[in-house]
Amino acid sequence: MKSFTYVIKDETGIHARPAGLLSKLAKKFSSEIMIEKDKKTVNVTRLMMLMGLGVKCGDTVTVTVTGDDEETAFEEISEFFKRNL
Amino acid sequence: MTNFYGKGVCGGIALGKVYVADRERRHIRRIGIKDVKEQLGRFETAKEKAREQLSHIYEKALIEVGETNAEIFSIHMMMLEDEDYNESVINIIETQKVNAEYAVDVTGENFARMFANMDDAYMRARQADVRDVSQRIVSCMSEGEEKEGEMDDNVIVCAHDLSPSETVVLDKSKVLGFVTSHGSSNSHTAILARNMALPAVIGVGDKFLESIDDGDFIIVDGYDGRIIVNPDGETIEAYKKKRQKDLHKKELLKNLKGKENVTLDGRKINIYANIGSAENIGDVLYNDAGGIGLFRSEFLYLEREDFPSEQEQFEVYKTVLESMAGKKVVIRTLDIGADKQAEYFCLEKEENPALGLRAIRICLTRPEIFKTQLRALYRASVYGNLAIMFPMIVNVWEIEKIFSLCEEVKKELCEGGIRYSENVEIGIMIETPASAIISDILAPRLDFFSIGTNDLTQYTLACDRQNPSLEQFCDTHHTALLRLIKYACDSAHKNGAWVGICGELASDTSLTEEFIKMGIDELSVSPSQVLSVREKVRSIRIE
Repeated sequence: MKSFTYVIKDETGIHARPAGLLSKLAKKFSSEIMIEKDKKTVNVTRLMMLMGLGVKCGDTVTVTVTGDDEETAFEEISEFFKRNL
Repeated sequence: MTNFYGKGVCGGIALGKVYVADRERRHIRRIGIKDVKEQLGRFETAKEKAREQLSHIYEKALIEVGETNAEIFSIHMMMLEDEDYNESVINIIETQKVNAEYAVDVTGENFARMFANMDDAYMRARQADVRDVSQRIVSCMSEGEEKEGEMDDNVIVCAHDLSPSETVVLDKSKVLGFVTSHGSSNSHTAILARNMALPAVIGVGDKFLESIDDGDFIIVDGYDGRIIVNPDGETIEAYKKKRQKDLHKKELLKNLKGKENVTLDGRKINIYANIGSAENIGDVLYNDAGGIGLFRSEFLYLEREDFPSEQEQFEVYKTVLESMAGKKVVIRTLDIGADKQAEYFCLEKEENPALGLRAIRICLTRPEIFKTQLRALYRASVYGNLAIMFPMIVNVWEIEKIFSLCEEVKKELCEGGIRYSENVEIGIMIETPASAIISDILAPRLDFFSIGTNDLTQYTLACDRQNPSLEQFCDTHHTALLRLIKYACDSAHKNGAWVGICGELASDTSLTEEFIKMGIDELSVSPSQVLSVREKVRSIRIE
């Protein structure tokens, strides 16, 4: 299991578009990728729940990656956050 | 004739017949079933069909509104595949033994409610997307193909609300605009409408739909958010005119934004904008001006009780320079007196204010006022591409005096450890016959001239420009005037300075060709005229 904590810098937070892209990216991996905000945890591949989490600019989220391809998944997902969020 | 008001989300004027596109949310009945497999199969088939539709809509939107806006339909496709959404539908069918339509509808409503309860306006608006997706699946399940109502030409679509996909599938060749009684300006409908440049007004209220019928004639004013139902002849004429003007302007924008100011044979000219306050910057950028050719700093001094502080001025200049992001900004120092008065300056009443103590004359007799402005300007200079311009110059010594004051200010800033730019261009207004006639002597000391044609006309022709009975004597194309302009232009070029025009004549397109032939480097006009001058420039052949 690998995890990282991230403070959202994007002004609009995890809105429909980034949520869609993130969800799509997460489906590439066999690892389970979870995101947690305020003790609520959802699976990143689940678009509606991810949007429902309502992650805004300034929020702190923790992303956890567990599974066979967790090394690559961790790298690509954390890169995605840095670049888009 | 009845008026309704809502929120204009897309500017523009439309006159046309009402087309009520109100598919009341179809009432979905809950029907008990025995064959769960059959319902699950219907759901899968409908999803497949919905996916195909969405990918077509996505392609259509991609062409019509661009990738960023089309993205919402790829999100619809993802919602369609969402595990929680699918699990919920399947779960309802299996456990409650009900029809697929009902299961989809309930699921859609549940998710819509989740979005509706979020504290972010954008997310709240997403409930429309979930409902849109669910409705699409349901309509894909209905046996008979849905029959779209035949639409007349030139209609204004009126509805409770339009879902994003309804907006995109509309036959745009027949639609002139739309009005919804609900909807938020954050909804994709509003965003897409803006991109399609259809006049749109939303949130007009339920009364509106009750009082119209297919075929009623209405006017939609997307600028004011106004709807006029069954307007009288006079109103129709007025709005037709307003629409023509609007269309012409949009046409210019569409064709000319981002284009160069270049003649058919390749001669280029700069077209800048004149502004009187930092609030006009939006107009400047929207109309694609290449810079600011005249920023009238006197607005900072007018309509107030006391002099603006250095800090106050600095903030305004900094904002303008930063907003223009490196494009040239020519700020004219205080031009007060004559027709522009401020009580606290305590200026004496003059017999002949146009020839009186005004503009640079005030600044040079009261250097403390002038130096405050110069300090503010130099401090702001590091935030962009600043040029400073001095008005009402008649004598060479005035320029010498200005330079020595500028040097003093720079020295003080330097000593105070305050940064300023070394690349600030210095120029003057050519608005007196004297300055034009000695322009050959003035030019070597300066980086540019800007010809203020309003004052230059009144001083050259001895015509008070505010006296309407002088119109026949006040020929703005007078040879004397054009000779002065030409002479100033040649003097500037011989000395490596550039020359612009910032008065009314700059936007007089019957003179554009002559100005270009003279070699004028820049025309500065009001923001709304930038594109019409550009249009003219692009139609000229010099040779």
